Amino acid sequence: MLGYTIRRVLQAVPVFFGTTLLIYFMVFAMPGDPIVALFGDRGVNEAVAEQLRARYHLDQPFFIQYFIYIGGVFQGDFGTSFSGQPVSEILASTFPVTIRLALLALLIEMVIGIGVGLIAGLRKGKIFDATALVVSLIFISLPIFVIAFVAQFTIALKLGWARATVSGGAPWEELILPAVVLATISVAYIIRLTRASVIETSQTDFVRTAYSKGLSRPRVVRVHILRNSLIPVVTFLAVDFGVLLVGATVTEGIFNVPGVGRTLYQAIIRGEGPTVVSFVTVMVLIYLVVNLIVDLLYAALDPRIRYGK
Amino acid sequence: MANKRKSANHYVAPFDEKSVDVIDAVRVDDKVSNLWLDAWRDMRRRPMFYISGVLILLVTLVALFPTLFTQVPPDLDCQLSNSNGPPAPGHILGYTKQGCDIFSRIVHGTSTSLSVGVIVVVMTTILGIFFGAIAGFYGRWVDAVLSRVGDIFFSIPYILAAVVVMSVFSAYRNVFIISLAIGIFAWPSTARVLRAEILRVKNSDFVMAATAIGVSRFRILMRHVMPNSLAPVIVVTTMSLAAAIVAEATLSFLGVGLPTTFMSWGNDISQAQSDLRTAPQALIYPSIALSITVLAFIMMGEVIRDALDPKERATR
Amino acid sequence: MKISRIGVGLVALAAATSLVLSGCAGGASGGNSAIVSTNGSEPQNPLIPTNTNETGGGKIVDSIFAGLVYYDAAGAPVNEVAESITTEDNQTYTIKIKSGWKFTNGEDVTADSFVNAWKYGALLSNAQLNSYFFDVIEGFSYDEDTELTGLTVVDPTTFTVKLSSPQSDFPLRLGYTAFFPLPQAFFDDPEAFGENPIGNGPYKLAAEGAWQHDVAIDLVANGDYNGGRKPANGGLKIVFYATEDAAYADLLSDNLDILDGIPSSALASYKTDLGDRAVDQAAAIFQSFTIPETLEHFSGEEGDLRRQAISMAINRTEITDVIFEGTREPARDFTSPVIDGWSADLPGSEVLDFNADEAKKLWAEADAIAPWTGSFQIAYNADGGHQPWVDAVANNIKNTLGIDAAGAPYATFAELRTAVTDRTITTAFRTGWQADYPALANFLGPIYQTDAGSNDGDYSNAEFDALLQKGNEATSLADANKAYQDAQVILFKELPAVPLWYGAVSGGYSTLVQNVQFGWNSVPLYYQVTKAAN
Repeated sequence: MLGYTIRRVLQAVPVFFGTTLLIYFMVFAMPGDPIVALFGDRGVNEAVAEQLRARYHLDQPFFIQYFIYIGGVFQGDFGTSFSGQPVSEILASTFPVTIRLALLALLIEMVIGIGVGLIAGLRKGKIFDATALVVSLIFISLPIFVIAFVAQFTIALKLGWARATVSGGAPWEELILPAVVLATISVAYIIRLTRASVIETSQTDFVRTAYSKGLSRPRVVRVHILRNSLIPVVTFLAVDFGVLLVGATVTEGIFNVPGVGRTLYQAIIRGEGPTVVSFVTVMVLIYLVVNLIVDLLYAALDPRIRYGK
Repeated sequence: MANKRKSANHYVAPFDEKSVDVIDAVRVDDKVSNLWLDAWRDMRRRPMFYISGVLILLVTLVALFPTLFTQVPPDLDCQLSNSNGPPAPGHILGYTKQGCDIFSRIVHGTSTSLSVGVIVVVMTTILGIFFGAIAGFYGRWVDAVLSRVGDIFFSIPYILAAVVVMSVFSAYRNVFIISLAIGIFAWPSTARVLRAEILRVKNSDFVMAATAIGVSRFRILMRHVMPNSLAPVIVVTTMSLAAAIVAEATLSFLGVGLPTTFMSWGNDISQAQSDLRTAPQALIYPSIALSITVLAFIMMGEVIRDALDPKERATR
Repeated sequence: MKISRIGVGLVALAAATSLVLSGCAGGASGGNSAIVSTNGSEPQNPLIPTNTNETGGGKIVDSIFAGLVYYDAAGAPVNEVAESITTEDNQTYTIKIKSGWKFTNGEDVTADSFVNAWKYGALLSNAQLNSYFFDVIEGFSYDEDTELTGLTVVDPTTFTVKLSSPQSDFPLRLGYTAFFPLPQAFFDDPEAFGENPIGNGPYKLAAEGAWQHDVAIDLVANGDYNGGRKPANGGLKIVFYATEDAAYADLLSDNLDILDGIPSSALASYKTDLGDRAVDQAAAIFQSFTIPETLEHFSGEEGDLRRQAISMAINRTEITDVIFEGTREPARDFTSPVIDGWSADLPGSEVLDFNADEAKKLWAEADAIAPWTGSFQIAYNADGGHQPWVDAVANNIKNTLGIDAAGAPYATFAELRTAVTDRTITTAFRTGWQADYPALANFLGPIYQTDAGSNDGDYSNAEFDALLQKGNEATSLADANKAYQDAQVILFKELPAVPLWYGAVSGGYSTLVQNVQFGWNSVPLYYQVTKAAN
């Protein structure tokens, strides 16, 4: 297990280079000159533009730009944004907020998704199952911006149960509403996945054996069915954690959460290479760790899965 | 109850070393030749199969021949004087903000939205199965390489991907390009779910049995492991059809979707968003069309999943 | 031109410059220590006046600096640091400043504070985005580092400015952000200054690090400030929003005091939501789409006919009513109604009236010269919420002229502007102009004069240039405005850009504040807002 973990950690090195190279290339390939945009609708002062391009190394060929960036990263310098703020500071201020938001959303997803999915799976074809299908469908077929606007308008403005936007420090209680909105879509997935998995597990031999041994239904469900049904669900949750880290652009925008999604979107639109690449790189590293944890969890959930051979 | 006894026999069988060769050799062949055929027979016995089948057929028909369903052109003669107007004769669902006929736009948008959904799903499924199955089954360095490639792709924000893809191909912004933008970075989730399931299934007794009698690794993967690992993939896939259609709407909302000259449910939903409070109909109707389509595909997925699962079938 | 930004559906449409006097009492007296919150957006550049050219930073810089003049609510310049600004020939100006002004670090504001700041802003190698504001001063160069020889310090409170040509509206420009003074502390460490600027304005940063990036900036009243914009409140909290929707939601729940941009989703309802706390007034913003001279079918005689036909095919009244819920005003000229000298009925302005028959007729005449081919497209940046009106205009053209017309979205503002700047664009494209200072010339010279910096359509007309020159050299505002109006008559005929409507500021304020008024440039006059202390 330890050897496996060490190997996985070492794999982060090529992933780090692969990702930074790929992302840097994508930002590089984005059409449009970010310096031109700094001048707004006003005509560009070419001489000033040249100076600025040189300052941000935008006049260099792709690989030179990339190596300048990577060289800086190894000295702890992630570059600066156009507003003169070190990217490392932006990372430090946004990631904690988004990670908290994502964890909260994951928690909501897990509780509701696994709970509803389990009941639906155990009562397959019954009225609860059908209702769960329809409700989750409604959420899945509405774009998140619609859900977010409706939630903000009804829950925050009309009912006054929550603050309409998240204030500076992003306290936990203000993150609940955006987290619920973020969770709605994934909840549908988790319900379906849990349900499918529970149905399958319920028909395995060991569950039948458990019943025939005379174990009580709650015990069979808890110890045998649930535990063995969780592998695809846990995988999905890990995948979803990654989605929540970068994919919260729309929700963070609507609720004004000072997090990764909002900042990253602005940086993409402005073509700020170093900011975009640094964000995505940190994202990948977090994601690698989460995936490692999940793979180790598999072994805990299912003793038949073994690593390290 | 009869089933329980039968399974119990099967469960015990592999431990009987003498008869393993004989029994399992026959059984392996049996299953293979019958898996898909059995599934097909099984499906046709279910009412859900017919309901979802008819719906999918209908949606496909609308997508292919929109003019059979409406005579009103979706983008000509849009008058602002009709903006967000109520239903009128010949315009049963009313008008959009730009004064276009909602029903006609939904009908004509079907093919775009359906195509985006189907192309993305086909793409993510092929890539996801390829990467996920091979990574999960062969493990070790193959798993490491493929999974890490998946991690890299997965961590790229799809908005960045969409901006780049849509801009680089700005001359040909069409359904295929936007599907590419959505799909190329979405497959790792399918891959990871399948990989996890395969990790679980490959340690099953029937796989060990197959290995024991000398069936080749690739054959085991294709004939034994894969069919038994597909259940969660089918769930994720049918859901991601919906997610893809919705993602197209979100990209429009962020300004990197299809140009408005393309009729699509996503475009219409994102445009109607600003009038959500005053004129919800322009948003609700395309959403309903989307929900019905998604429902049809999810029901179909459910039927296929049940039919493919031999244990499930046996209980019927 | 201050850039208003983009984003998801988005951010504040409002410039930033100085604000007006109203007889409010000083900031030090009791009961006015409450902090007023308002919306803003994360500044795109360090907070240095000569490098701040967008509304997010402008709103902050204008609050913490005081220039020679500021603009009152009507847009008229009022001396702030200046004692007097005099000239005899519109070319050499003598500027005397008041003594006793101090920066918040204790440094005196002297003639050098202005001259050194301007020299820094103009120098090529400093790459300041506002450097073009100094290009009328003698010694300026776009190509190499040169000294602004036109600036001479006479004594600590007097300096002279020599321009390279007469400019009658030069004193009007001096309230713009680019012309603010800078303390010596700036030159010692520009980078640190950009993060924690030291000014001489009505407000100052609450503390070191008051700028919380992407979240908010905290300003408090500057007790030493003694100009006409004395704050009637204790300070400002400018909260950065990614979307107007989020800001509006906060306004409705009294979490935000003043909002200067209503999201399109609330345009229909905000007057009912807010009652008499809603604000709707014209702004110094002009919106149009430019048809480049090089576009096939749009040059010469045929081009004039087609341009006029397209202009007459657009029902501006209906679009402003339906798409903008009446919060925009159909354009009557190429400037803005908040500017002195604006007129609704210049000769030729009937080309801005919707007239389907005339449009069809002119289009047919053009077809007789050369038959129409292809599709008429209007390019826009999809990240700025322009799609609804572009689609409506395209539908108008399509319905009236019976030709194919559509919007051509570019994913980002950068992409659109690059295509426009490189002249690789092959369609018409959206253009907008927000005045830096309240003068007709600011809407005309930079955009339509031959080879002007923002002449994106490469328009050129000698007669028009001559009239502009005449206006610049005129000795009275009335004479100047007459020349600028005559110049527009030419534009109506040739339509280098098709005028659409004037921008407006739609905003509102919470139940907690009083005395909210918006300036000529759509920025609320923050210093006169009062809020009950809590």
